[in-house]
Amino acid sequence: MKKEKKNILKTNGMQSLIASIICIIVGMFVGYVVLLFINPAGAGKAVVTIIKNFMTYTNSGMRVKYFGTTLAKTVPLLLCALSILFSYKVGLFNIGCSGQYTAGACAALYAALKWGWGWIPCLLFAVIAGALAGAIVGALKSYCNVNEVISGIMLNWILLYLTNTILSGVKEPTSPYTYQLKNYGPKSLLPNIGLNKLFNNNANVTMAVPLAIIIAVIVLIVLNKTKFGYELKATGFNKNAAKYCGMKEKRNIILSLVISGALAGLAASLYYQTGIQQWECTTASVPAMGFNGIAATFLGGLHPIGTIFSSFFIEQITLGGAYVDKTMYSSQISDLISAFIIYLCGFVLFLKLLMKKMIAKAEAKKAAKEGGDK
Amino acid sequence: MEQQQYAIEMLNITKRFPGIIANDNITLQLKRGEIHALLGENGAGKSTLMSVLFGLYQPEEGQIKKDGRVVQIKDPNDANDLGIGMVHQHFKLVECFTVLDNIIMGIEPTKAGFLQKAEARKKIIELSEKYGLKVDPDAKIEDITVGMQQRTEILKMLYRQNEILIFDEPTAVLTPQEITELMQIMRNLKAEGKSILFISHKLAEIMAVSDRCSVLRKGKYIGTVDTAKTNIEELSAMMVGRNVNFHVAKKPAKPGDVILEIDGMTVASKVHKNNAVKNVSLKVRAGEIVCIAGIDGNGQSEFVYGLSGLEPMVSGRILFNGQDVSKCSIRQKSVMGFSHIPEDRHKHGLVLDYSLEDNLVLQTYFKPEYTNKFGFLRRDNIRKKAEELIKKFDVRSGQGPITTARSMSGGNQQKAIVARELDKDPELLIAVQPTRGLDVGAIEFIHEQIVAQRDAGKGVLLVSLELDEVMDVSDRILVMYEGEIVGEFDPKKTTQEELGLYMAGAKRMEVKE
Repeated sequence: MKKEKKNILKTNGMQSLIASIICIIVGMFVGYVVLLFINPAGAGKAVVTIIKNFMTYTNSGMRVKYFGTTLAKTVPLLLCALSILFSYKVGLFNIGCSGQYTAGACAALYAALKWGWGWIPCLLFAVIAGALAGAIVGALKSYCNVNEVISGIMLNWILLYLTNTILSGVKEPTSPYTYQLKNYGPKSLLPNIGLNKLFNNNANVTMAVPLAIIIAVIVLIVLNKTKFGYELKATGFNKNAAKYCGMKEKRNIILSLVISGALAGLAASLYYQTGIQQWECTTASVPAMGFNGIAATFLGGLHPIGTIFSSFFIEQITLGGAYVDKTMYSSQISDLISAFIIYLCGFVLFLKLLMKKMIAKAEAKKAAKEGGDK
Repeated sequence: MEQQQYAIEMLNITKRFPGIIANDNITLQLKRGEIHALLGENGAGKSTLMSVLFGLYQPEEGQIKKDGRVVQIKDPNDANDLGIGMVHQHFKLVECFTVLDNIIMGIEPTKAGFLQKAEARKKIIELSEKYGLKVDPDAKIEDITVGMQQRTEILKMLYRQNEILIFDEPTAVLTPQEITELMQIMRNLKAEGKSILFISHKLAEIMAVSDRCSVLRKGKYIGTVDTAKTNIEELSAMMVGRNVNFHVAKKPAKPGDVILEIDGMTVASKVHKNNAVKNVSLKVRAGEIVCIAGIDGNGQSEFVYGLSGLEPMVSGRILFNGQDVSKCSIRQKSVMGFSHIPEDRHKHGLVLDYSLEDNLVLQTYFKPEYTNKFGFLRRDNIRKKAEELIKKFDVRSGQGPITTARSMSGGNQQKAIVARELDKDPELLIAVQPTRGLDVGAIEFIHEQIVAQRDAGKGVLLVSLELDEVMDVSDRILVMYEGEIVGEFDPKKTTQEELGLYMAGAKRMEVKE
């Protein structure tokens, strides 16, 4: 077979990359315009600050330290994005990711603080909790044909208040926050495996960072290289055909949501078990992590490896918002700007479609020209 | 004036796609008040040409004239303004709306923002009486038959006062009776001065209804003939480029042992409370083709669902080589030697968003040849198998094994399914409407393959709505009417007319077995 030289624009990966970059640029521009309206003097600086995030520090030690924090906070977002990506590839939209994440947080923190479990059982417990939450949605979908978006959203709230109730049993008496892990459940903290030293003694950088990347690679392999992934995707694309060729289509739907939920549960475990944050038992909204995961999935071009970079970027601008000059802008402005960019990230698929059309048109023209020359 | 004779002229149309010239200098002239057939195999460029006329594609070269004037058709709205209407092969109807709502959609008559349905209803009833289009304006689309849905589409065109009517493969979805009715409707339309373009590859229908016929082959224009002055053989030779056998050449059957025995199968219906299949018993022997004939909707689909395991049986037993397989899963039956060419290739037969190669291993992907012991797919073997089957069954596609199944033509999609099911080397082949919507060349090929299976000593259970196919291919015919077997025939000793009586429920015999 002869190999043809491929137009680099025609490769799927390249198109995703370009579409994502355009989205980011447009998002930042919109954010910039909004800042101009509020206070023209500091707009340019504010946008730069948001993007710079930890680079705002002049001290290199601080830079490295906060780079580490950004990485640690990227981990849960990446896993939530992978959770959504996994179900999306199977044709399901797991908006219940946030709830599964909440369930994971509940399981990990309760086991750590109440029972003093070690980090491995805590982690597994969180994974199981997330998986069970996913299984409920999956079972409803496959046996009762309940739309996974509806049941997922409703379950999010149930799980949120359940978590608030349960974790109230392990909260500090004078604040709405759960006990600090380093004082009350030190065994449950994830090992640093020396990474904290690399990041200027930032204890939040743990094995979670490399583990998350490994999991992204595993998701990629499972989906594209294995029989299991082949079956799941076939079920997602065409349930009837899957049944016709003897796949267990009901089991596959449940299984994919179980795995998606397990990834979300793991996300919570890898976040809360670093001790970076405590759970606030009066939280009145589902953690945004699961929803930002949707943006990260699409910005990453629906590719597990792309998701690694998109998650990092989204976390970068989210955290970068904290450094914006508070004398010029209210503190919510950073969230607003990040929200703009994240929102625009949703347009990646649309842009890709547009690009494909343009290429096809250009090719048709070229073909017409070549044909005319003959 | 001479040019006034033509309602539409498409002159020297050329349309290229990357890597392929879909229409190469094609000229099509439609006279006012004629039925003009457009004949060609799958992939000959018929759909592309009609899409150009309907404004969905812009041609690179050539021009379109309406009543002798050059016109630009940039989108379907332009086409509609010029009085061009089209009934697509897959209807564009809103299932949960009524017939009336569908017809007026987009051009709803309103007064002060309120719908004026009474007026529209009157006009629709007038139109339907004038052209003999029987529909109930208040029935919902999801509740009416395919034939009625098609009549709704025709009324949609008439309601918009279209003068030029395009029918894209209109008979592919109809029963023999509905086809006869459609032919009459087309003649009525012609009598009222409408010009009709009739896209088809069914030669008998073209001969029956059209005045002239233009033939395309592989994107090129072959010629236009008066149907009164030609015959089926000439048309098919023009279409395929060689002479085609209409009768399947086959040796006498040598039936052997019973492979499949069905005993008292009853299957519930999804649409009504009665059972769709009632106490059906039959046997299929090795080396014979048993055909279940009948009018669509008499329980054939449900019978096959029950047999394959897609739907549960209410009662009954299935014996395969003497072994009771009633409780076996679809996968178990498949591994034992069932092959199943399903009725609906889009619903069951293919994962349209998968590549061709992934579709070709849909029934075998789990075997050690394609999945290693760690659960990883063996892509190299899958590719090898796909290339082998593509070559052997002449499955044509844009990019070979990696083509998305969705982008392939219907005929090639069907060939891919046939390739996959036959390559399993089954003991029992269940083929449901295996040639539905295919052209002569592809039909001939698939019939040959089915007969080859029989000659190799396999049992074949064929379910077909096409009487020609039933008479030509089968060794034994069972007629199904309202979920029961009402007659058994030897194709050599019966006629289509006799079968028709049983299919319509006018006669029945006691069938032993």
